[in-house]
Amino acid sequence: MTVITERCKGCGLCTAACPKKIVELQKEKRNKKGYFYAVCTDQDSCISCAMCAMMCPDCAITIEK
Amino acid sequence: MERNLMKGNEALAEAAIRAGCKCFFGYPITPQTELAAYMAKRMNKAGGVFLQAESEIAAINMVLGAASTGVRAMTSSSSPGISLKSEGISYIAGSDLPAVIINVQRGGPGLGGIQPSQADYWQATKALGHGDFHLLVYAPASVQEMVDMVVKAFDKADEYRMPAMILADGLLGQMMEPVSFPEISANPTDKSSWAADGHKGKREHHIVNSLYLKPDELEKSVADRFARYDAIKASETDAELYLTEDCDILLCAFGATARVVKSAVNEARAQGIKAGLFRPKTLWPFPEKELNEAAKSAKKLLSVEMSMGQMIDDIKLAINCSKPVEFYGRTGGVIPNPAEILAEIKKVGGAE
Amino acid sequence: MAVVFERPKSLLDVPTHYCPGCTHGIVHRLVAEVMDEMGIEGDTVGVCPVGCSVMAYDYFGCDMIEAPHGRAPAVATGVKRTNPDKFVFTYQGDGDLAAIGTAETVHAATRGENIVVIFINNTIYGMTGGQMAPTTLPGQVTQTTPFGRDPQLAGYPVRVCEMLSTLTGTAYAQRVAVDSVPHIREAKKAIRKAFETQKDKKGFSIVEVLSTCPTNWGLTPTEAIKRLQDEMIPYYPLGVYKDTTEEGNK
Repeated sequence: MTVITERCKGCGLCTAACPKKIVELQKEKRNKKGYFYAVCTDQDSCISCAMCAMMCPDCAITIEK
Repeated sequence: MERNLMKGNEALAEAAIRAGCKCFFGYPITPQTELAAYMAKRMNKAGGVFLQAESEIAAINMVLGAASTGVRAMTSSSSPGISLKSEGISYIAGSDLPAVIINVQRGGPGLGGIQPSQADYWQATKALGHGDFHLLVYAPASVQEMVDMVVKAFDKADEYRMPAMILADGLLGQMMEPVSFPEISANPTDKSSWAADGHKGKREHHIVNSLYLKPDELEKSVADRFARYDAIKASETDAELYLTEDCDILLCAFGATARVVKSAVNEARAQGIKAGLFRPKTLWPFPEKELNEAAKSAKKLLSVEMSMGQMIDDIKLAINCSKPVEFYGRTGGVIPNPAEILAEIKKVGGAE
Repeated sequence: MAVVFERPKSLLDVPTHYCPGCTHGIVHRLVAEVMDEMGIEGDTVGVCPVGCSVMAYDYFGCDMIEAPHGRAPAVATGVKRTNPDKFVFTYQGDGDLAAIGTAETVHAATRGENIVVIFINNTIYGMTGGQMAPTTLPGQVTQTTPFGRDPQLAGYPVRVCEMLSTLTGTAYAQRVAVDSVPHIREAKKAIRKAFETQKDKKGFSIVEVLSTCPTNWGLTPTEAIKRLQDEMIPYYPLGVYKDTTEEGNK
């Protein structure tokens, strides 16, 4: 699961969608636009279900398997 | 060449089809309804599209859609309907789309009447919608000119990527005269650089749009358009000059009114009054050069219109108020007759 | 590693102007995915409205036309009638489609105009800063209903799918939502079906998408999703309102 950080607007819809609860918003780091962008906290646990990407309004998430 | 006796409204329609108009979208309104009725009969057989829209607004936007894909599109209406179309016409101008709009004018304001009028001159030439823009405005004075100008309007609209209007009136629309149709040269303008007709994966996507949120970008797009307008003003004006060489009084009239005025000028000449007629065939661009040429020897000008006096503004501007410009008009659907115009010629000084 | 999810090709790789959490982006992606899957991007002409999605022409890869407010179905009619071999869709908000453009919508539907209408219902005018829309719920506070929409004063919301499904020319009408992954999957299927309906020349299709407007609702994106679920779906039930395709006739 890869977040294109500069496309992320920090809305957090992906964090709620993740069944593994491994997507979080940054708490300190912001992207150039000033958003606290999303990150995957545990890539090994990612099951590539793409639910985070489905909810993302900004196509800021790419999923590989 | 074959000549047919045709009603003005029907001749407009037939000319459009022959000029390669591929679609007509309209809404019924007197006194132009025969145009739509003719299109309904002929258009499908001619391989085009006729559709009666739910409103004038929808009709002009269907024109916008069709024109966006690069096909020749047209709508027609009469004064109150043109007001409704003004939104769409502004968008068409702002999106640099070619289209032809017919206005068979009737009396106004409001619902007005259904008899001939020229009271939409200001609307057509100055403010057919919001924003900085113009349309090409052609003013036919006969059924034959209606035919010729429709063909020209399509060509020029394509050439300059802008809307063009035929500003007719109820008299011309309802009148029957013999007409012949010119051979139309099949030389379509190439619109492939901007038409939104599906890119087939072979080019960048095209966007037909009039929105520019950045002021400098909007200013530039308007300025570019006005540069085009300057070129049009220099090359596209047209007028008829009748007995103007030695005239003392120059009458100015367009459209159906000019026919009545011509009779009055002839009668004045018969009575020894040196009258002449200036008849603009393009109302925008206004033929300023031609008017100054026609007015060279005139001591006075007299604008005759089926309105309370609208073209007179352009006349004064064109001659820079260098000579007195008088006005005589009837409005509300009343057509002036030659006798009253002759009386006016005498009254304003032509008999001196 | 194989890519299992990425931006569809028909959605251009540019940032959108939409607010964080605005679901326009999801619906854009679904339309683009359908264009990709059907391989029709090069044969499609889209028509944008006036409203928040006015600049959708910068986002979709197909040819695009920007229509005057409410007139998209008329513009689409002009395109489709003169280019019957092209796919034509409009993308409109609630103010555009159900207020200023009601006549264009209803008549395109009743003519059976062979186009797809993607209708974003988020119960508010977004671009102008949150005024009452034709779909604003009773009691909903907006800039122009500061004490909540009072039906005695401001009338009742318009249920678009229900209304259009009564028209013979409407071939397919479905209301979906983009509040959850299952609903998004359903929404995608509906949009695909609408384009297939056009391909089969069946007539007018509308997919109404219940969407959020966190900014003008004054909610966080996640709170906005909850409002969609708790308040909008009960008032605007999801489902197929009309289906004249073979599937619908079963």
